[in-house]
Amino acid sequence: MTKRPVRFYQVGSFAVGNRLLSDEERTVQSDPDRTNSIDSGHRACQGCGEALGARYALDAAMRATNNQLVAVNATGCLEVFSTPYPETSWRIPWLHSLFGNAPAVATGVAAALRVKGQSEVRVVSQGGDGGTVDIGFGCLSGMFERNDDVLYICYDNEGYMNTGVQRSGATPPAARTATTDVVGPQPGNTFGQGKDLPRIAMAHDVAYVATATVADLHDLEAKVERAMAFRGARYLHVLVPCPLGWGSAANETIHVARLAKETGMFPVFEAEYGVVTSVSKIRHQTPVEEYLKLQKRFAHLFGKNPRPEIVAHLQELANRNIARYGLIDREETPAARHASTSEEPA
Amino acid sequence: MNQRPFAITLDVGSSRSNHTGSWRVERPNYVNRLPPCNNACPAGENIQGWLYEAESGDYEAAWRTLVEENPFPAIMGRICFHPCESACNRVQVDEAVGINAVERFLGDYALEHGLRLPDAGPATGKRVLVVGAGPAGLSAAYHLRRQGHHVRLVDSSAQLGGMMRYGIPAYRLPRAVLDAEIQRVIDMGVEVMLNHNVDDIEIERESGRFDAIFLAVGAQLGKRVNIPAGDSARILDAVSFLHEVADENPPLLGRRVVIYGGGDTAMDAARTARRLGATEAVVVYRRNQEKMPAHVEEYEQALGEGVTMRWLSTINKVDADKIVIEKMRLNAEGFPEATGEYEELGTDAVVLALGQDTDLSLLARASDIEVNDGSVQVAENLMTNGRGIFAGGDAVPAERTATVAVGHGKKAARGIDAYVRGATPEPVAKHALAEFATLNTWYYSDAERTQRPELEKVRRQDNFEEVVLGLTERNALFEARRCMSCGNCFECDNCFGVCPDNAVLKFSDGTYEFNLDYCKGCGICAHECPCGAIEMVPERI
Repeated sequence: MTKRPVRFYQVGSFAVGNRLLSDEERTVQSDPDRTNSIDSGHRACQGCGEALGARYALDAAMRATNNQLVAVNATGCLEVFSTPYPETSWRIPWLHSLFGNAPAVATGVAAALRVKGQSEVRVVSQGGDGGTVDIGFGCLSGMFERNDDVLYICYDNEGYMNTGVQRSGATPPAARTATTDVVGPQPGNTFGQGKDLPRIAMAHDVAYVATATVADLHDLEAKVERAMAFRGARYLHVLVPCPLGWGSAANETIHVARLAKETGMFPVFEAEYGVVTSVSKIRHQTPVEEYLKLQKRFAHLFGKNPRPEIVAHLQELANRNIARYGLIDREETPAARHASTSEEPA
Repeated sequence: MNQRPFAITLDVGSSRSNHTGSWRVERPNYVNRLPPCNNACPAGENIQGWLYEAESGDYEAAWRTLVEENPFPAIMGRICFHPCESACNRVQVDEAVGINAVERFLGDYALEHGLRLPDAGPATGKRVLVVGAGPAGLSAAYHLRRQGHHVRLVDSSAQLGGMMRYGIPAYRLPRAVLDAEIQRVIDMGVEVMLNHNVDDIEIERESGRFDAIFLAVGAQLGKRVNIPAGDSARILDAVSFLHEVADENPPLLGRRVVIYGGGDTAMDAARTARRLGATEAVVVYRRNQEKMPAHVEEYEQALGEGVTMRWLSTINKVDADKIVIEKMRLNAEGFPEATGEYEELGTDAVVLALGQDTDLSLLARASDIEVNDGSVQVAENLMTNGRGIFAGGDAVPAERTATVAVGHGKKAARGIDAYVRGATPEPVAKHALAEFATLNTWYYSDAERTQRPELEKVRRQDNFEEVVLGLTERNALFEARRCMSCGNCFECDNCFGVCPDNAVLKFSDGTYEFNLDYCKGCGICAHECPCGAIEMVPERI
């Protein structure tokens, strides 16, 4: 998490804005004149996390680049719900080509701008987790390797939601999708598969890699701004709950994202040149059940035939994240302190 | 010839032509819910409202909001037992907001900066008699003057304030503060008659041609019990004792003092006795600590000052230098029962703090006024059965605290105002309560309560200096900002920020509006509203 001083304005720094904050201290989203990169009237479902995440990220990028921004979009929900021909919700220069080639198209846009001498115009490429971790992965890895001057943003809703909720390489274990039915001894998506793209991106040693969720706007905006301070390839991975595909209530989109972070299921951190530089600590540690129970895709783990051993397995994965990124300060948890005596101090 | 680019057959349009509001089955609505502090305040203060002003550092605006309901913030900030804090939703997050401490800060701020109460209203020509210049009478006088009525305030004592002066010791309420806040009310043009005994309310009404009367005579008579006592036994009642101390004419008590009773008056008497030089001040109470009516702050401060407690004990006999105590036990219903075990306790004086009665001799000729169990019976608007006679404070059945009395004064003023104008008082509609479950407390920073400093214990032993000290401006501001603004928007921009459909409009005056053309009714705004100021209501489909 990008560091910011702890200020106490009734709700501290957790709410979107506050009447007591100076203009400089407010979020982009609290500004009545924000870009609204993606306009009203888009066809995203009620409570769509991706529509929210895209507006958060792109409005922040617009401010960071002084409105000199081009966005390239992979195929996916975001493209389909925002731009059903001939209407569009985009209020920024926006380009769509194919499902798998968004990073390559963005590379081309960046190259063209360089040729034209318009280096002040910056390029963002964006897609869902399907277009990013699966279909566009080769192009993305190439973009990283060539260190093209593009910020790639993945809006991760953990599946192919637009086409009817199929499994992607970002679908969590045990989750039910249309292609991972809840049958057999290991219902839902298989444990031990899938890709952790933020870590894969870090392995390319690109300038900046970060994760965020739609539940912490301040953190998300700070990361976009930080990303825009670098030239070269950068990667931002934003968790965006999908009420349709996750079977969560439309009004709980942000709540679910918050619990993903607070349980440790989704670690929020940032890294520069392959090294983790800061993490968002867990504020109120929560058992994974609290997160899973809000989502029908995990309903088979509870109810009449509960599967506590699978829940425990998911908790282990969360604990691994907590340990790997140091999501909980050690002095606050005696058990963790005891467990980590053999490790070198952070 | 087609002028369009290749393969483009339709004009590009904005998605704004697609009114997604038609998907909605529930719509969000901004609401104001009643904060639990406001709900619990006996004086009906808009606590959340004045904390909101204080949060921005505008202490004058905060004070002005406060005195709309209660003209005595510096007094209340010292002696109120703050039921608001017990009700505060923040209790369930960390600790209650220090409302009482902020109230005192605002009261002191106003005194320091010479802020004046609002002007009296335009004269109505109506005359109101207020009998008793305690918190109820003074509060009524304040509100009646604001309504423009002439007020004559009479009291049998030599000074204004009632039990705030003669019952509450100076170490809890310094006289300079009391005098200043009372004077501000008198300065609004209240006619005052002190040392004036009202013997007959009807004669008083006729001679003064009053249109209405407010009886706020309090409960000034200490209850006595029959305890066998030797000739030279020294027995006082706590009300007279505290009254004499307030008149700077303290009685001689001796070295060892027993106080009989378990209420706040008992604690005040015990702490006062310690200050007058008693080396032992023992409170004898027939039940236990759990059942004790004294407020816990008073009790703890008394203990801190060396007062000791004898629980489950009654006094059976008082002699010149000792008393006989009988031990009690609580039966299944929680009532004390005698055990037949006795014990002697050396003592020089016994102070009875067993409750108080109201002197209602002035009502002798007003036979239509119903008096039950020593209390004047009143309707919801505090009117008695007597024509144009209202009553409040300790004289009517209610909790006997200064704050309740202040609330009665306001309520009676409202009732009197309606009565003299020949109108029926309009019932004040209450909003639904802002329950904890309606809040999303994630958004509030972790912030522990600021404790008020206290005078060191050694410095309390032989004087009446104020014990509980005030907050600094910085602390008061911090404490005010701990308020969660339950049920009332405080402009955090969350709804504006979290809408996936940009369907919340924000205006420069700090207000918001839902754009129902595009609101899909997902309800994220309501869920993420920290203070529960948005509700979802079903659409009529």
